[in-house]
Amino acid sequence: MMSGGNAAPPEQEYPGGLKTDLTLALPGGAETPKPPAKRGFSDTADLKLGCSCEDEASAVTQPPPPKAQVVGWPPVRSYRKNMMMKIGKFVKVAVDGAPYLRKVDLELYTSYQELLAALEAMFACLTICNVVNERKIMDSTNGKEEYVPTYEDKDGDWMLVGDVPWKMFVESCKRLRLMKSSEAVGLAPKSTSSKGSSTK
Amino acid sequence: MDPDQSEDSPSNSANSHGPTQPQSPFPDEVLEKVLSFIDSRKDRSSVSLVRKDWYNAERWTRSKLFIGNCYSVSPEIVARRFPRIKSVTLKGKPRFSDFNMLPRDWGANVHSWLVMFAKVYPFLEELRLKRMTVTDESLELLAKSFPRFKALTLSSCDGFSDNGLKAIASHCRNLTELDIQDSVTDDVGGGWLSCFPENFASLEVLNFSSLNCEVSFDDLERLVGRCKSLRVLKVNDSITLDQLRRLLVHAPQLMELGTGSFMQELTPRQYEDIESAFSNCRNLQVLSGLWEATSLYLPVLYGACASLTFLNLSDVALQSSEFAKLLVHCPNLRRLWVIDTVEDKGLEALGSSCPLLEELRVFPSDPYDRHHRDGVTELGFLAVSRGCRKLRYVLYFCRRMTNAAVVTIVQNCPDFTHFRLCIMTPGQPDYLTNEPMDEAFAAVVKTCTKLKRLSVSGLLTDLTFEYIGKYAKNLETLSVAFAGSSDWGMQCVLEGCPKLRKLEIRDCPFGNAALLSGREKYEMMRSLWMSSCNVTMKGCRLLAREMPRLNVEVIKDEGNDDGQADRVYVYRSVAGPRRDAPPFVLTL
Repeated sequence: MMSGGNAAPPEQEYPGGLKTDLTLALPGGAETPKPPAKRGFSDTADLKLGCSCEDEASAVTQPPPPKAQVVGWPPVRSYRKNMMMKIGKFVKVAVDGAPYLRKVDLELYTSYQELLAALEAMFACLTICNVVNERKIMDSTNGKEEYVPTYEDKDGDWMLVGDVPWKMFVESCKRLRLMKSSEAVGLAPKSTSSKGSSTK
Repeated sequence: MDPDQSEDSPSNSANSHGPTQPQSPFPDEVLEKVLSFIDSRKDRSSVSLVRKDWYNAERWTRSKLFIGNCYSVSPEIVARRFPRIKSVTLKGKPRFSDFNMLPRDWGANVHSWLVMFAKVYPFLEELRLKRMTVTDESLELLAKSFPRFKALTLSSCDGFSDNGLKAIASHCRNLTELDIQDSVTDDVGGGWLSCFPENFASLEVLNFSSLNCEVSFDDLERLVGRCKSLRVLKVNDSITLDQLRRLLVHAPQLMELGTGSFMQELTPRQYEDIESAFSNCRNLQVLSGLWEATSLYLPVLYGACASLTFLNLSDVALQSSEFAKLLVHCPNLRRLWVIDTVEDKGLEALGSSCPLLEELRVFPSDPYDRHHRDGVTELGFLAVSRGCRKLRYVLYFCRRMTNAAVVTIVQNCPDFTHFRLCIMTPGQPDYLTNEPMDEAFAAVVKTCTKLKRLSVSGLLTDLTFEYIGKYAKNLETLSVAFAGSSDWGMQCVLEGCPKLRKLEIRDCPFGNAALLSGREKYEMMRSLWMSSCNVTMKGCRLLAREMPRLNVEVIKDEGNDDGQADRVYVYRSVAGPRRDAPPFVLTL
């Protein structure tokens, strides 16, 4: 569940969580925050897909609400924060044949490899064509079906995931769709040269 | 410094000694000539204390003024003592203002200084300002008052806009340096750049990388083309990669380059062109910017990296692999700033590729822990310390650390002069042993005898401060947050560190007893900052009463208990209490 946002969260939910300025107690008193527990994702009530391929990585889509912030801590300058302050870019992920959608925060990942690995973990019963490296991974469970990752961009066009530099993709991606490869005609993978000349 | 002495002129000094002081063995002119070769502030200060004629000779020959706290002295006092100043450095707000811990309009406005300088130093050539408020009106005054003005640096300043910069560009005919660092202003248009006259060609340094504006590229290109002595050019992210290429073609002699945006789709031809433009920059020592650079385009830089000594990657979140590949081309790196997305793996590559490294700053990509990214850990720091034995400056943001790691790190690199470790979760212990991090900082102060600056973090008891007081004999700046157990900790530092100049403390259990224990010490320091500690108004008033040469200023938080002194700023001053304090600053 997502919190309302601004109320100070109960301290025990957040590793090393800090009491902020909502109390009248003297600051910096004898209380030291508890040592942080090994960081894990809190359980979230999320949609379960019909298939039995759910796993723990489902929590990836709904990270715990952010900790309450202390003014001026950590000591980073405001202009640096501009790249760090983003709350995340959540996009819906549809999988052909599955009745429910999932959501992923694209800002959790720094490359296509990471995103595809997360999607594979999320939909563990599928295997996803790794179009970026042009490796095709055969699906082990049903032996035949492969899924091609596609996305809808800002202009409303459906594109193959992997063509443009990662950051450009994050900025322009509106939603993702894992298409059965038998349906992914007309979206032939483009050759990616090391010089990055995106042939259009 | 005694203001009364400043009335003397050099020709009188020899006669103003009583019979007890021997006549100077050489005439004042000779003394002045000799002293004119002395640049160091500390030496000049020592010289001025020898005897009266030396004091006078020194003040007549000083041309560079450094004022570390603009409120420690007044423009009038300065003007009376030093008649011939050509270069001024002025610093204003306390450092914690960088982190939004001071309300707006706190002060440090440069205007009254400029008014005085316009009267007394018409031949002023250089002005370097840090954490000052600089309005357009001030910039206009500056532009029109000093015909020989050459160099302006605005570091972490605020208050100005396009109009002020337009005045500088239009009127400063002899400008060689316009350096705007970390000064983010909201509504700066880009029209100022087009105000440099068509025949203006003297620029050597141009830095507008932190300004959020769009300049006319054509005007920029023409400007760069005619300034043949340009050695530093740092543009902002409105400049594209291809535009950068054109600038580099005009200025292959650049020694410092801040690129614009590095994200652009290039044709193969464009790629080759920019690659070759970079390869032609054979003098490049400093590189920064690189907004949104990716593994696709970083390789265009490789040809320019052989002589790089300072690489500032703090504006681009690289991954370990592309970072490692870039470093292979930078064997001469002395300074590196980077974001923690490179992770420990990237820092291992750094340890292998850059043995000459002296300074490392690792900034957090996720300071508020929203994305639960790992960033860097003690392992990355260890790896760097093994490969880069000459490390002397480190700023390291991380989420976990161990005492053992820090002990090993300082054994590997005992020459640290600046050790700033920020374990981002307040009060976090050694993640393996669950112990406080006292032993880590004990090792730092015991091993690194040259240590001048220290920032501590993690779970710390008074023991850390006992060690600091006992061993950190060269420490000048100490930053403390969420640490300590009692007044005793702060007292140890105040009693122990003989060279302490700046002490900044937040969210620590230090109270009035600790504050008052340093009363004499504060006169030998530049300043003390304490916020969200246990200090009360009563304690601050007592300090102010006992030490008239200190300014004790309190900013209270709204709605808080009347007795608490939420933010306390104490500094020595010969100028008396501030006359420009806003209503929320209480001078006691």
